[in-house]
Amino acid sequence: MTDAKSDPLAPAKSTPFGLPLSVLAEITHRCPLQCPYCSNPIEMDRAASELSTEEWQRVLHELADLGVLQIHFSGGEPTARTDLLELVQCATDVGLYSNLITSGVLLTKDRLAALYQAGLSHVQISFQASDETLANRIGAHRRGHAKKLEAAKWTREVGLPLTVNAVVHRQNLHELPDLIDMAVALDADRLEVANVQYYGWALKNRAALMPSEAQIEEATAVVDTARKRLLGILEIDYVVPDYYALRPKKCMGGWGRQFFNISPAGKVLPCHAAESITGLVFDSVRDHSLAWIWEHSPAFNLYRGTDWMPEPCRSCALREEDYGGCRCQAFALTGNAANTDPACALSPQHDEIFQTARREAADGSSRFIYRNFIGGTAEPEVENNDR
Amino acid sequence: MNGARRHIQLALDTRPILPRHVKLKFDKQRERWLLLAPERILVPDEIAVEVLHLCDGKASIAALVAELAAKYDAPEAEIMRDVRAMLQDLADKGFLAENTEAIP
Ligand code: SF4
Ligand code: SF4
Repeated sequence: MTDAKSDPLAPAKSTPFGLPLSVLAEITHRCPLQCPYCSNPIEMDRAASELSTEEWQRVLHELADLGVLQIHFSGGEPTARTDLLELVQCATDVGLYSNLITSGVLLTKDRLAALYQAGLSHVQISFQASDETLANRIGAHRRGHAKKLEAAKWTREVGLPLTVNAVVHRQNLHELPDLIDMAVALDADRLEVANVQYYGWALKNRAALMPSEAQIEEATAVVDTARKRLLGILEIDYVVPDYYALRPKKCMGGWGRQFFNISPAGKVLPCHAAESITGLVFDSVRDHSLAWIWEHSPAFNLYRGTDWMPEPCRSCALREEDYGGCRCQAFALTGNAANTDPACALSPQHDEIFQTARREAADGSSRFIYRNFIGGTAEPEVENNDR
Repeated sequence: MNGARRHIQLALDTRPILPRHVKLKFDKQRERWLLLAPERILVPDEIAVEVLHLCDGKASIAALVAELAAKYDAPEAEIMRDVRAMLQDLADKGFLAENTEAIP
């Protein structure tokens, strides 16, 4: 049986977009944690601008009509919204398969049981590390790790499948074997080992997060061995990080081809980091129907297909394999979102970013800048803050 | 999970069932059957859809293979091989469970 990720449901290569498959609904940017690699934009949506329950319910109906199959309730911390239960129930009623992507720290067992009753199908809990002290330092939350462990246990107890998501970087990659053991001990079905993607907050913190090549090589070996050992027990998702790759990722399966994201205030984005590309205007569900946005939004159409591509992508045989990589990364590293993603070895900037990565991995300070609504706060200097 | 066990090794008497979080759905917009699972959408072919419909927690693997063999007038051994490979693959991903409750 084939996996839609690899892609019988994808639109034909020559068509610029198809029916959207799944949607990331970032229902709030509020979050009790302050991870330095958070994928939220630096300028976050305030609570007052968030879509109301009724607005989200209308959106959920539109999503189902548009052909969307799965919805990921995310954030920020989606459980910070008191109407999450109503939204999950509505998703179920319109026939969407729903996932909850959460830090877990606000969950209770009763709430999980109610979400299960409302039709929630899957929970993904993010962990900052397996060591409690390190985890709480990364998330800047004193009791975060302990609460996550509890939430994971309750998730399984109410009968929901669990994915453990571990964002990895220089300061926690040495723990990868422990993270794998932790996922098994928590009875997770899947472990997502996600290398940090460097835009938004993570770009601010790149020097503190960038892993070394040796760390990545070791991680790849650890994952290979664990996959064999844990066949049928734990699935492990793992992708080598961009900066050390030769070919870019087919980011989002291609800009605006099959996926989109809705921000807390209702902006429809081709990718969760798209707001990091300054100068692009994104349409809102408050002004247009989703069907109109999917077809006509200028921000979507701008980088659809291959006509917009400059060289070296334009004449590259692989242009419909990876669509030139990630627009947000191209913008973050070259100042122009239309450039070839520098993760590609054919990009004129590739060498430079590779050298930067090496240098930062070797001498970057390990001090974090924490994510918050005031543009970030530097971690206090601590003696002993070993790298 | 009420009598459904995860992480299974299929045997002839295993009674496979889709767990609650794996949904076989006919998608009207795309006009095809899909299998929705956590972070995945699988696209079963026609035969796979038929096999999945038979995974109701009542029929054993032996029984559902016999049913298919009779229907398609095909050698049981061949169907057994294909069906087991397909279902074990789903089970390894955590997308198939086993009904362990006694048959009423
Ligand atoms: S990455 Fe951390 S700070 Fe950002 S939403 Fe997730 S838990 Fe909150
Ligand atoms: S040049 Fe462009 S299309 Fe070719 S491999 Fe690199 S990113 Fe992909």
